[in-house]
Amino acid sequence: MKAPKPTRPGGYVPRDRTWQPAALTPAYKTSVKRSPQSALLSFPTTPSEETGPVFGHHMLGALDNDLLHNYAAAGESAIGPRIIVRGRVLDEFARPVPGALIEVWQANAGGRYRHKKESYLAALDPNFGGCGRVIAGDAGGYEFRTVQPGPYPWPNGMNDWRPAHIHFSVFGAGFAQRLITQMYFEGDPLIWRCPIVGALPCREAVETLIAPLDMNGTVPFDALCYRFDIVLRGRRQTMFENRREGL
Amino acid sequence: MAQKLDYLKETPSQTAGPYVHIGCTSNFIGVQGVYDRDLGSEMKTGPVKGQEITITGRVIDGTGTALRDVLVEIWQADAGGLHNSPQETRGKADANFTGWGRCPGHPETGEFRFDTVKPGRVPFGDGRMQAPHVTFWIVARGINIGLHTRMYFADEDAANADDPILSRIEHRNRVATLLASRDGDAAYRFDIVLQGEDETVFFDM
Repeated sequence: MKAPKPTRPGGYVPRDRTWQPAALTPAYKTSVKRSPQSALLSFPTTPSEETGPVFGHHMLGALDNDLLHNYAAAGESAIGPRIIVRGRVLDEFARPVPGALIEVWQANAGGRYRHKKESYLAALDPNFGGCGRVIAGDAGGYEFRTVQPGPYPWPNGMNDWRPAHIHFSVFGAGFAQRLITQMYFEGDPLIWRCPIVGALPCREAVETLIAPLDMNGTVPFDALCYRFDIVLRGRRQTMFENRREGL
Repeated sequence: MAQKLDYLKETPSQTAGPYVHIGCTSNFIGVQGVYDRDLGSEMKTGPVKGQEITITGRVIDGTGTALRDVLVEIWQADAGGLHNSPQETRGKADANFTGWGRCPGHPETGEFRFDTVKPGRVPFGDGRMQAPHVTFWIVARGINIGLHTRMYFADEDAANADDPILSRIEHRNRVATLLASRDGDAAYRFDIVLQGEDETVFFDM
């Protein structure tokens, strides 16, 4: 039987804005003057949003996904609980997003960032830079090694502390999928006290940002594993396209 | 009860925070030696086709203050209207032009700058041509979800008048917030206002 002619894929499914944080969340004070007040202008995606830059494995250095060592002196290693973070990048139709670029950044085990504007009194670790990156494989899988970051105080309310977290920047296939988020750690009591986490509209949304401990991924006598799957916007397939996955 | 839809929910966004540079422009912030260069700092990898231009601007908050901790990304077509992307279905883009740029705001002035080319026209979903435009994506501390807008060119009157998106903006006085002004021969100025009277139009696309 002759396969139906492939047609141009459809656009990206609109973002569910009731699931995403609002621009204005007054408990997170900086949002007050940085939040647009007018309604967003909604349009279906065009080729400008359906295309996106491509990042090849060739650009990656051998230690890019090893934050324990990518800033450390030879023979040294960052200080703190050794962890592996791994997961998959999927779209809303559960299709893998191979080639997705993930950039991560974080504080060190004491909760201190290596940044000019950082003033927390916790010590810098001379062997920890705090950045890494990885490109998702064919099944959307990714993995990096790091230290578990510490919680830290920040100027918002008089006694606000960020839960331990790792920042993620993600590029999918189309610029419409562009996303920056943060991963939290299972069991951290600070998660539910944080005004930035509190920008999310519901408990279910917060829970999708909490990585569970994954003993199956743990390397005995080496590193604990946390599992963090990432879901990017999905792109519609045309109704009669001859493929099983997706719409 | 109806059947359950088994779609996944998009991962929720969280602010990029004040330390976004560590992950995205590490050399710029002084975390040296991890990456050889900051991604997106060069959009041209060789001689490019079309008119080379610069885009400069600032991102301004609701008090009129420029954000100095902002990170701005742009994505655009080449001079022929094609994107340097595996998702591009209409032809092969200029191989020396990446189409993607990333620039942190200047630590004192907040100014961003892109050395790029003037994009060609890209079709809308129904086949009509859109006016030349550059997609902007803005993240910073205090921004809970990346803000998406577009820069159009003030010197493209005819194309702008026919543009399927610009022509549908209800409040006509807001169209000007999407237009970059000529600031010299091949230089364009595009300030983005997050809030208030001159608030830039932001998109949900």
